[in-house]
Amino acid sequence: MKTLSLISTIIAGAFLIYGSMDMPHWGDPYSPASTHVSPYYLRNSLKDTATPNVVTSVLADYRGYDTLGETTVIFTAGMGCLLLLKKRRKK
Amino acid sequence: MIRESDDVIVRTVARLLMPFITLYALYVVMHGHYSPGGGFQGGVILAAGFILLVVTQGIDRVKRRMSQEKAIIFSSLGLLIYAGIGALCLILGGDYLDYGTLGRPLSVQRAEARSLGILGVEIGVALGVMAVMCAIFFAIFTPDQKNGRREQ
Repeated sequence: MKTLSLISTIIAGAFLIYGSMDMPHWGDPYSPASTHVSPYYLRNSLKDTATPNVVTSVLADYRGYDTLGETTVIFTAGMGCLLLLKKRRKK
Repeated sequence: MIRESDDVIVRTVARLLMPFITLYALYVVMHGHYSPGGGFQGGVILAAGFILLVVTQGIDRVKRRMSQEKAIIFSSLGLLIYAGIGALCLILGGDYLDYGTLGRPLSVQRAEARSLGILGVEIGVALGVMAVMCAIFFAIFTPDQKNGRREQ
């Protein structure tokens, strides 16, 4: 069983490495990630949101839904910590 | 459990530093539009101020200002501010979290309304992060209710 899982892990890892060969090079200016929305954000951030810091405008405005999820993750993690610590106190 | 520090210098300096730490945290939150910073970082600095007070003044004296129950309420309130601003945009006829629609009731330009919406959202994030950090810290360092104290 152990050798089987080891073999399957190696095969899956080899597939992942093979798949990553088609990815654009790191920092490639012509990759889809840096030709699609990034130039739009850099050009229109100040006009759209009156916020000079592009990071903030992307974080809280263009990608606001993502940040809402992040805040929910922090809230849920905190509540989980409290529940765990409170349970231990009762014993 | 953390008792009040015996050292008068530590106690006094921590108490004197507390307003400046809070002010700096508010600056980091408010200045996120122009410099690195924002809700997450400012919230952590706010929480650091409270944790410094707990470590130096003892947990009982700080409880009047910030307790675990208050922290839980504040963390929910922070998330509610964020989601509430999003829902307000929905009510005013835009998409969820489309702050531009807030411009009409506030009577400002669309771009400025989005800037204000970012600020409101950052305040919500800061409240939530601050409260969660405080709640975890208080949960670890609150004494046992049965035995009166924890081994610490």
